[in-house]
Amino acid sequence: MKKLLFNFGKYPVIEAEETTFVFQNQLNDLVTGEPVFIARGSGLCYGDSALSQTTISTLKYDKILSFDTQQGIFECQSGITLEQVLTVIVPKGWFLPVTPGTKLITIGGAVASNVHGKNHKTHGSFSRHIVEMDVLLASDGLLTCSHDTYPDLFEATCGGMGLTGVITRVKFRLKKIETSFIRQKQIKAKNFDELISLFEEYRDSTYIVVWIDCLKKGKHFGRSILTVAEHAILDDLNDEHRKNPLQLPGNKKLTVPPIMPWWVINTFSVKAFNFLFYAKNYAKEISKVILYDPFFYTLDAINHWNRIYGNKGFVQYQFVLPLEATDGLAEILRSISDKGMGSFLTVLKVLGKQESMISFAREGYTLAIDFPIRKGVFEFLNELDEILLKHGGRIYLTKDARMKPEMLKNYPELEKFKSIIKKYDPEGKIRSIQSDRLQLTPISNE
Amino acid sequence: MTNNKTVLILGATSDIGIAIAKKFASAKYDVQLAARDATQIQALKSDIEIRYEVACSTFSFDALQYASHAAFFEGLTPKPDITVCIFGVMYDEDDALNDFALAERMINTNYTGAVSILNIAAKYYMAQKQGAIIGISSVAGDRGRASKLIYGSSKAAFTAYLDGLRNKCFKDGVHVMTVKPGFVNTKMTEHMPLPKALTAEPALLADVLYKAFTKKKNTVYIKWMWRYIMLIIKNIPEFQFKKMKL
Repeated sequence: MKKLLFNFGKYPVIEAEETTFVFQNQLNDLVTGEPVFIARGSGLCYGDSALSQTTISTLKYDKILSFDTQQGIFECQSGITLEQVLTVIVPKGWFLPVTPGTKLITIGGAVASNVHGKNHKTHGSFSRHIVEMDVLLASDGLLTCSHDTYPDLFEATCGGMGLTGVITRVKFRLKKIETSFIRQKQIKAKNFDELISLFEEYRDSTYIVVWIDCLKKGKHFGRSILTVAEHAILDDLNDEHRKNPLQLPGNKKLTVPPIMPWWVINTFSVKAFNFLFYAKNYAKEISKVILYDPFFYTLDAINHWNRIYGNKGFVQYQFVLPLEATDGLAEILRSISDKGMGSFLTVLKVLGKQESMISFAREGYTLAIDFPIRKGVFEFLNELDEILLKHGGRIYLTKDARMKPEMLKNYPELEKFKSIIKKYDPEGKIRSIQSDRLQLTPISNE
Repeated sequence: MTNNKTVLILGATSDIGIAIAKKFASAKYDVQLAARDATQIQALKSDIEIRYEVACSTFSFDALQYASHAAFFEGLTPKPDITVCIFGVMYDEDDALNDFALAERMINTNYTGAVSILNIAAKYYMAQKQGAIIGISSVAGDRGRASKLIYGSSKAAFTAYLDGLRNKCFKDGVHVMTVKPGFVNTKMTEHMPLPKALTAEPALLADVLYKAFTKKKNTVYIKWMWRYIMLIIKNIPEFQFKKMKL
């Protein structure tokens, strides 16, 4: 039965089949039976990565297979969400080694996007922590791969957008925590130069993230708030919290109504939001101890956050530029503030070294900006692409819905990646709208 | 061995079976999972043990192998405090009309097999003067309809059996609850376009079932509208009903 499918950005929307499976043998039948497919988890990539004429949902394949509470090793089927994993591991004193800004994605999705977090410099991307995983190939063979066994399959599956096969089982290492609280410090930066020097000053922090007001011009250009954080230890907690140091956060949520008129987001409302966001931090520096949820998963507290941009959808433009290319970063930020096209939360992070073939992360600055879909947006993003290419930057496939294949040229191992996909899926059965658009998969003869 | 009560899940590979098993586990019941192919429920077993920190064991059970049922129940240690009967099949009704083997299989799974195992459980519970049985029937059993010819009649028989069993067991303090789901979003219904407002997720079904069980309800519909929809359907006069496409 066909239905309308879309991902977090609500762009594009396509009509497609979505099938589910609970057992391995059901998946085998689907994989051999469907002519073309892509695996799909929570559908929280932003663009068209998890869209294809047939999608195979992993959401019912969500069982926990083992959890070594002494060594901190967790093994599960790929459709389980990070939220469910946290519910089990946090009370036992463990945390995800790497987490993106939402806990609603699946473990399979975390591998396929090779997600990074606010601790990329110290902990790398998610796949650095994988012990081994199973990948079901399009030809119906299940392979267990790791850094040592089928390393080419392993490398190409980490960040490979699901194009090597269906990730079915993942075994990975966790991070030890003493409490489920976070000790954070927020520091205001008046402008871009101050921000860059703050980055230097706090380079040793485990978690670093910056909210930046991309609509500011002139001497306030680059006005921002830098947040640095560590997992709190018992001594950081007050008496109340110390009674239950590994508590789980509650799940109070707000919901954005289904009909949000497109004009709610305009330059004025974004400016007002940014003003308040900056002004609420009246002091130059604020320190506090909070539960992990509001620190890592701010927007998960609002159901259907993506509705805020209206029913035309939006695209998120997330790119990384090499550390030395601060000129490029400034040039992009200036273009955005000049155009007055920006979003509520523009997030800047520092990434460490690249560790796998096709993953987005590489050493540099990464910026993520939302753009509601309206007239001129795609043309404008093409202009930003030019600046990026010039400075050696690249775009995160998980967020992309619109770029041209040429934009992949700053992924140095692209050709190797393509050849590995071809090796493990010679018939080209696994493909997404994105992989076709970016010519990652062989041109379809349909 | 824990001090927890134990629930037996007959039909633990279905989406509904999985949801009910998890619900009872989250309420700190130890869980016995039974399915035709016990290798398929190993992942669910580890999942339940790790998530809910209760004991979980697996058994192979074939609803159609009636002769094996006594030995199966005999082999359960400890004996379950609650037996939940979930297994059932729904084949295409046109196929079942043309091929009696299919119709027979549907009747025997949904009705005969259920009677066979629940008789055994009920006798045990009556002797113990305690215990509970939960049977998953269907709104399709409330009135025979062309579109659910064999499935509906097998569920009608099962509903009648559960009613009778409740009556029989009452004096021994054994509770029997009949659950009548309407549309549920499962693998079984994945290919059907179902009206969203009338369709329950398996997790919701499990929540409603568990709550109703703690309140010792007799018959429970999942999503309240179904009680009234079926009330209307049951009250349409036959001379009119027979002309309708339902």
